[in-house]
Amino acid sequence: MKPAPFDYHAPTTAEEAVALLAELGDTAKLIAGGQSLVPMLALRLAVFEHLVDLGRVENLRGIERVGDSLRVGATTTQSAVERSEVAADAVPLLARATPLIGHVQIRNRGTVGGSLAHADAAAEYPAVALALDAEMEVLSPTGRRTVASPDFFTGLWSTAVGDDELLTAVRFPVWSGRCGFAIREFARRHGDFAIAGAAVAVELDGDDRVRRGTIALFGLGPSAQRSDPAEAALGGAAVDDVDADELGQVAVASLDSVPSDLHGSSAYRRRVGAAMVADAWRAASEEARHG
Amino acid sequence: MGEIEIELRVNEAVTRSTVPPRLTLADFLRERCGLTGTHLGCEHGVCGACTVLLDGDAVRSCLVFAVQADGHDVTTIEGLDGPDGSLSPVQQAFRDHHGLQCGFCTPGFVVTAEAFLRDNPDPTDDQIREAVSGNLCRCTGYQGILAALRAAADAVET
Ligand SMILES: Cc1cc2nc3c(=O)[nH]c(=O)nc-3n(C[C@H](O)[C@H](O)[C@H](O)COP(=O)(O)OP(=O)(O)OC[C@H]3O[C@@H](n4cnc5c(N)ncnc54)[C@H](O)[C@@H]3O)c2cc1C
Ligand code: FES
Ligand code: FES
Repeated sequence: MKPAPFDYHAPTTAEEAVALLAELGDTAKLIAGGQSLVPMLALRLAVFEHLVDLGRVENLRGIERVGDSLRVGATTTQSAVERSEVAADAVPLLARATPLIGHVQIRNRGTVGGSLAHADAAAEYPAVALALDAEMEVLSPTGRRTVASPDFFTGLWSTAVGDDELLTAVRFPVWSGRCGFAIREFARRHGDFAIAGAAVAVELDGDDRVRRGTIALFGLGPSAQRSDPAEAALGGAAVDDVDADELGQVAVASLDSVPSDLHGSSAYRRRVGAAMVADAWRAASEEARHG
Repeated sequence: MGEIEIELRVNEAVTRSTVPPRLTLADFLRERCGLTGTHLGCEHGVCGACTVLLDGDAVRSCLVFAVQADGHDVTTIEGLDGPDGSLSPVQQAFRDHHGLQCGFCTPGFVVTAEAFLRDNPDPTDDQIREAVSGNLCRCTGYQGILAALRAAADAVET
């Protein structure tokens, strides 16, 4: 239960951090809140010779409304999001997802960038990023690039962030108009990673037809994913014509790699997932309609 | 692998030490500071027994390295009582309401409750349950703990 020895580096700028990563290669790992990495080190599921701590890099932290998006610095803690009125106002889905993450002691350390970069299949933030079409700002030794969320999550615990790169911030688009947002998940105990869950964002036109509707699933594959068939079923539909339970079925019908483990078989996860989609759709469409 | 010099405040006292980077804050507190009130149940973030305040926030000290706490402020269970050794209102409530049996989980619950009640002086019962959902107790069945938090909250309020 003790991590293997490592050398510790505490850069104060993001540029310094990526330079260290480039220099140390794959013997080095970034540590942000440590709420996923330290358990893996303690159990020796992961061993690194060097840890590069983002905790002292000041300009990576903060929540800011910039035009039509909310920019959240990578090392902003989940608790800071939870407390942020700006975040609750601009991106309700992000705010509503946050209390579902672990427990208060986890959220006080765990970071937004760490959750996205760790990309656990059952984590809430990757699903929120996908549902809202968030963009990730990535710094590498050669410069900055922006990665759209569908290109960011590449599989089980893997993302488009290279070994010598750093996720510096995430930009969540602010949806305006007649919108509704909901996230639903089922976990065996409060604060556990979800067995399955769904995040729904919807915008209606003046005639109660779906102008934009996105559905992101988590816990139902190697990483969070959008449900193309369910979104296709929503496209342009009148909100009254959408049967929530059917939508849930459509969302899980064509999934082909639903995890199965001691917490639940894939058939069970599918049923839970369908119910979560249905619940989230009901809540989100209700909010879009009545505010 | 190089050791690192750190300086932090532990229960208001400035503490200096040279530590290997892999030393957790929990082990630092227990082994270097002799503050064995911080308990270690699982050592990988699941049980909450190791909860301390880091700059006032409840955190799991088994998931923080001592080097990360360099320059910061730590409060442990030993730092919560009054100057004369009298129990804090939360500690007193645990005692009054049988919020503990073996006591292994108690420091984690009490420290978590201190931060929670400071930030939420007038909590609902549901908020209380949620606040301690990250702490496991194998003895009490939780009812005494919840009663203690309720009583402590009501005492703060009046
Ligand atoms: C008991 C418990 C319950 C939990 N429950 C949940 C839950 O229900 N839902 C949930 O989503 N999470 C849960 N978590 C995980 C928690 O949310 C973590 O905080 C999060 O997954 C990782 O964030 P971190 O800042 O702690 O990252 P770290 O643990 O420090 O790092 C995680 C990984 O991300 C990389 N990384 C971190 N920051 C960056 C960056 N800026 N750029 C590039 N790479 C980076 C690291 O190198 C590492 O590989 C739980 C954790 C615990 C211990
Ligand atoms: S010992 Fe830290 S959470 Fe269990
Ligand atoms: S009192 Fe024994 S574990 Fe809680």
